[in-house]
Amino acid sequence: MPRRDDIHKILLIGSGPIVIGQACEFDYSGTQACKALREEGYEVVLVNSNPATIMTDPGMADRTYIEPLTWEVVAKIIEVERPDCLLPTLGGQTALNLAMELHQHGVLEKYDVEMVGARPEVIEKAENRQQFKQAMERIGLEVCRGDTVHNLQAARELVQDIGLPCVIRPSFTMGGSGSAVAFNRGEFDQLVTRGLESSPVGEVLIEESIIGWKEYEMEVMRDADDNVVIICSIENFDPMGVHTGDSITVAPAQTLTDKEYQRMRDAALAVIREIGVETGGSNIQFATHPDTGRMIVIEMNPRVSRSSALASKATGFPIAKIAAKLAVGYRLHELPNDITRETMACFEPTIDYVVTKIPRFAFEKFPEADATLTTQMKSVGETMAIGRTFKESFQKALRGLEVGSFGFGCDAKDRWGTPEQPERDEIRVKLSTPGDDRVWFIRYAFKSGMTVAEVHQLTRIDPWFLQHLQEIVELEGVLRAHEDLSTVSDALLRRAKQYGFSDRQLSTIWETNEIGIREYRKSRGIAATFKAVDTCAAEFEAYTPYFYSTYEDEDETPARPPGQKRIMILGGGPNRIGQGIEFDYCCCHASFALSEMGIQSIMVNSNPETVSTDYDTSDLLFFEPLTTEDVLNICDRVQPDGVIVQFGGQTPLNLARALSSAGVPIIGTSVDTIEDAEDREKFQQLLKRLGLKQPANGIARTMAQARTEAAKVGFPALVRPSFVLGGRAMEICYDQTQLERFVAEAFIVAQGQPVLIDRFLEDAIEVDVDAISDGEQVVVAGIMEHIEEAGIHSGDSACVIPPYSLQGPILAEIREATHALARKLRVVGLMNIQFAIKKEDGRQNLYVLEVNPRASRTVPFVSKATGLSVAKIAAKVMAGMTLAELGCESEPIPSHVSIKESVFPFRKFVGVDIVLGPEMRSTGEVMGISDRFSIAFAKSQLAAGTVLPREGTIFISVAPPAKEHMVGLAKRLAAMGYQLMATEGTARRLEKAGIGVQHVNKLQEGQPNLLDFLIDGAIQLIMNTPSGKGARTDEGKIRSAAVARGVPCITTIQAADAAVKAMEALRNEPITVQALQDRFSTLDPVPAQKR
Amino acid sequence: MKVAKLALEDGTIFTGASFGAEGEVDGEVCFNTSMTGYQEILTDPSYRGQIVTMTYPEIGNYGVNAEDVESGRPHLAGFVVRNHSSVASNFRASGELEEYLSRANVVGISGIDTRALVRQLREYGALKGVLSTTDLNDESLVAKAQASPGLVGRDLVREVVPSMPRDWDERLSIWSKLPSRSPAKRPLNGRDPHVVALDYGMKWNIARHLCDLGCRVTVLPGTVSAAEVLDRMPDGVFLSNGPGDPEPLTYAINTIRGLLGKTPVFGICLGHQLLSLACGATTFKLKFGHRGANQPVQNLASGRVEITSQNHGFAVAEDNLPSTLEVTHRNLNDRTIEGVRHRELPAYGVQYHPEASAGPHDSNYLFGTFWEMIRKGA
Repeated sequence: MPRRDDIHKILLIGSGPIVIGQACEFDYSGTQACKALREEGYEVVLVNSNPATIMTDPGMADRTYIEPLTWEVVAKIIEVERPDCLLPTLGGQTALNLAMELHQHGVLEKYDVEMVGARPEVIEKAENRQQFKQAMERIGLEVCRGDTVHNLQAARELVQDIGLPCVIRPSFTMGGSGSAVAFNRGEFDQLVTRGLESSPVGEVLIEESIIGWKEYEMEVMRDADDNVVIICSIENFDPMGVHTGDSITVAPAQTLTDKEYQRMRDAALAVIREIGVETGGSNIQFATHPDTGRMIVIEMNPRVSRSSALASKATGFPIAKIAAKLAVGYRLHELPNDITRETMACFEPTIDYVVTKIPRFAFEKFPEADATLTTQMKSVGETMAIGRTFKESFQKALRGLEVGSFGFGCDAKDRWGTPEQPERDEIRVKLSTPGDDRVWFIRYAFKSGMTVAEVHQLTRIDPWFLQHLQEIVELEGVLRAHEDLSTVSDALLRRAKQYGFSDRQLSTIWETNEIGIREYRKSRGIAATFKAVDTCAAEFEAYTPYFYSTYEDEDETPARPPGQKRIMILGGGPNRIGQGIEFDYCCCHASFALSEMGIQSIMVNSNPETVSTDYDTSDLLFFEPLTTEDVLNICDRVQPDGVIVQFGGQTPLNLARALSSAGVPIIGTSVDTIEDAEDREKFQQLLKRLGLKQPANGIARTMAQARTEAAKVGFPALVRPSFVLGGRAMEICYDQTQLERFVAEAFIVAQGQPVLIDRFLEDAIEVDVDAISDGEQVVVAGIMEHIEEAGIHSGDSACVIPPYSLQGPILAEIREATHALARKLRVVGLMNIQFAIKKEDGRQNLYVLEVNPRASRTVPFVSKATGLSVAKIAAKVMAGMTLAELGCESEPIPSHVSIKESVFPFRKFVGVDIVLGPEMRSTGEVMGISDRFSIAFAKSQLAAGTVLPREGTIFISVAPPAKEHMVGLAKRLAAMGYQLMATEGTARRLEKAGIGVQHVNKLQEGQPNLLDFLIDGAIQLIMNTPSGKGARTDEGKIRSAAVARGVPCITTIQAADAAVKAMEALRNEPITVQALQDRFSTLDPVPAQKR
Repeated sequence: MKVAKLALEDGTIFTGASFGAEGEVDGEVCFNTSMTGYQEILTDPSYRGQIVTMTYPEIGNYGVNAEDVESGRPHLAGFVVRNHSSVASNFRASGELEEYLSRANVVGISGIDTRALVRQLREYGALKGVLSTTDLNDESLVAKAQASPGLVGRDLVREVVPSMPRDWDERLSIWSKLPSRSPAKRPLNGRDPHVVALDYGMKWNIARHLCDLGCRVTVLPGTVSAAEVLDRMPDGVFLSNGPGDPEPLTYAINTIRGLLGKTPVFGICLGHQLLSLACGATTFKLKFGHRGANQPVQNLASGRVEITSQNHGFAVAEDNLPSTLEVTHRNLNDRTIEGVRHRELPAYGVQYHPEASAGPHDSNYLFGTFWEMIRKGA
């Protein structure tokens, strides 16, 4: 059966902002789906609140809505667009839940919208634990013993039967949110209570513990004829007990015999058939007992998942694309395998390499959070590596993680052989408690003489994995036995490379430099070879241009097409806070731009979640770690005419100098300029020459220097380490005590680099500017006024295009400064400038805070707000075109208001204070668009999950500087009919202004206090601006309780102001929706489809 | 580390480490794309005369055990891997792969660029080769590779047929199926039907399947005559897989001719080719064969696709297919014939391996088809 002709218009729901558990893998799947469906001639209507996605580029879908993902808003879109069907399986848990809500509220029925891919009853059966369990029992598969409960009492009764430890999982949450293991009664009560709250249906599942069992995943696809294939099996390195998103995982499964593998395959087929997913991909998780082989079905996702993205990248099989085609009627055997072209998609990929995925964490941003890995996902990104052996792929993945390690030890991060060498006790503790650093302690364990059996005993990690790690450590010993390179045989050096040792590790072992090792091994003929990822282990000729490196005989890198230029784009590596999807968006656009210019585009990246690592985004894809060595190895083979380092965030910029020194042609803004902008002194001189102001500042290499500089700069002062992204260890100090503490911390993070001390501009307005320059002409792409004051990391604050409070003269000054800086720095490509505007002596003064001659996090937002394809234009400029040639000569000024709001992972880190500061902690962003500021802000809040109440009680607590401002807001809130609640000080101030307010006890004033009201659900909104310094504890408790209860909490006076405006506007007018295509007349064409 | 070399008839040399037994072997070099099931592959008699390359690079991970065998010992000529595990990690493991190979006297090579080898075989077709740990002279090895007899026109079946008849009573491993699967079949007319399996190098999992169906199974050497088979009063005859080229096996073809129409016949792999030859079809040698566990086969009657386990270098030709045979299954990759059925007589065969082992269980139903055929005949 070919495509369905009875449907024409398909609604696709995206997954919203990047959050822990739901990252850019759904941009990847949604983008594939858009392309696949439009290729078939269907009209695609897309809704997603996340502007940083490729899928929301107006050329990707026919109708694109960047709107909040709530059922009410999507219902409005359905009302306008009247789609024939809704495809809910490609936008993660968000899309699935939203589709279910639309179904439950009768919207789909009302407008006669068919759900394709998975019907509501199928989703219900897969997601409802009880129904799932019954379904598994029907087909004779075992599940964990346990049951669902709706209150603590029932939970306590149930645990009598099951015993401790047991696992507590809230129903219908994403990324296993709220899931954890209870080892004692106290923990049990606490976890059940929290789970009941976080489940949208107030339900938790309590199950027997299978901690330490082996964990597997099967990626399954099914078509409407009931043809079912397994795309990939995955074995978790970390056994049961650690969320699969937080586990190191390996594909394919390594330690199952064929009998056990086929039995699991049979089970996977039985599950998808019983649950009834008609078409598309599903992910099924299994656990097996290591000593008996007893197999248990853990869960099933009736949709494309993070693991599907991994499986797609691991095998080359485009799961999302095929899922979309199956949903519209195709059968698997009617679809060609794009990779081999001759064969069909109905087969099971076989691979001839090993894939390792390692998660990346951000605990350093949340020091109060519990860093133990549990069944609730905590990682913020991941890297994947491909090698011909497990050892090679494992060491490659470790260096791809970009945490300062270049493999399994033997680098600057290595504690072994240093004064910090861990003792046996510490090693044992670290092995038995899974944490983000456990992998390093496995090495220390072997270095300290522990055996595979002992390490297995403590970690329950399969001995097969451990044996390989031990063999790496053994080879390290062999290498260390040589004084230097001169006595090392070629065979041994080749063996080291085949074990995945990086040049950096070898240079650490023999105390030489990385380039020296590289030159030597190349002179001995030991060079990386590249092999293709082809879904079929070379059985058929492959047309995929997807490669990985290894050290073997044959190199498969394709020859340069005659007469064609080759330009390489370096991606951003694993997602982390401060560097995520926004940079991948830019890299993809660079690739699209090069294609349009007829240049062969070459992508290098190590992040399996991204669109950039899709096999048809670029002409050639190298799935490799972003290190100097790995990039140079690719350059050796492909000989690029240019390399773009501006688009992948800090990662490629950090490589720029080394690549350039090795003779790699970096295109666009020169490496010198990039470094000059980072160099404080040079930058200061530059500003002086241009007559631009900068807050008073100093630079310190020692604590004594820091004290002197701080005295010159004055308080409040902003302290931060140089050369780090995302405001790591950046703090505002109001006095000497804070200064001492924060400077000390900054020195640790700076790792030998100096610490910067700036005068902090209080009550200043912050502005971000993105601009493009071709070296001659400069075009401002967007001026963003922040809602929160300067001092809150720009990645965490909300911002508005066009500026909403700044007036003509100051904007003109901003433009002038931007032009001057771009010209002076000879920027070619993108540039981002952060300004602060402070009212001093009755006039607005413009300060330059920072200049980054590279793509910024705001590029996709600017593109969506203005309709200007900023990244693409910049890439073309870097490839040699002028802005005039590109017809981009003036700043686009949209008539509507676009607001970017940040989204935070606080719900995953219980007990963390949510107050915003100079250190970035948001994981994602959303966008609200409207003709009016107030509604745009309301939409941005709704999209970020902050539901502004229409009635109820608002608790107000403000620090003295904001009290006056708050009085005005409180008056307006009272006028709208909200009840106000405040503690003594604020309450008295409000009453003095004639506003009625309910008094409430502070935490230490006895009960009932604020916390009690909060827990009882008597408060609908909190407006709490923190007191400038100290005394964070009580407030912190309140704010974190608010997060746990899902009560929105606004922590700055500026955001409170905007929220009040939004609440007023929402009373007078409904939220309306509008497609991007209707807002912009000239649209960017669809990127050219490869092959 | 002891050096081993693999030389191909076209002059290519791969140098790696000796793995398993030492010595020198020659044969046709082929590759298998299964990611699991090396023990089943090692013990599959159909690999007689072949040097088998595993495309999955990590081999030996779960060791070996006494259960997952397809015959009494490894039959292949040599074994080629990218990397072998020094640890056997599985609760069922009773030993490590390398030691198993040494004991079984299988010469192996590890540490070579197996992907380069596979790409060469794909490009030029199956090549003859020599694998040696004793002779490391390239020229001499290439000459030996060129002198290797190859598979075409050779009767390899006689090297692997059992010497004696045997009553089979081993059932499928509990690890071969889910607990709820395969409800036991009812006996036929109060007794278990009798199936004679003609063994040309039979994979034991076939006999286990027949036994699981509820059949009484007698295994006879594939060299027997039709009269000897019919003397056993079978309710059905099964034709097994086996090594090499089917065309020289005239004795087997004659036996099958004598059975057709007298009893239901089901053939797998070589058995399917022999059945087709007996019906007047011809066979041909594939460029590099189908060996793996992911070959998609379409059942032409239902339209459904089965992911199948395959191991064959020859196939039934499309041309000259007699009108008595109907094509029932086709390979989705290269459209070759994967199954035939006799239009008038109770006889059918499939080119692939419904008994799996190694491989998926999608085609198990074909044993049920045999049961139905026997039931109708009874």
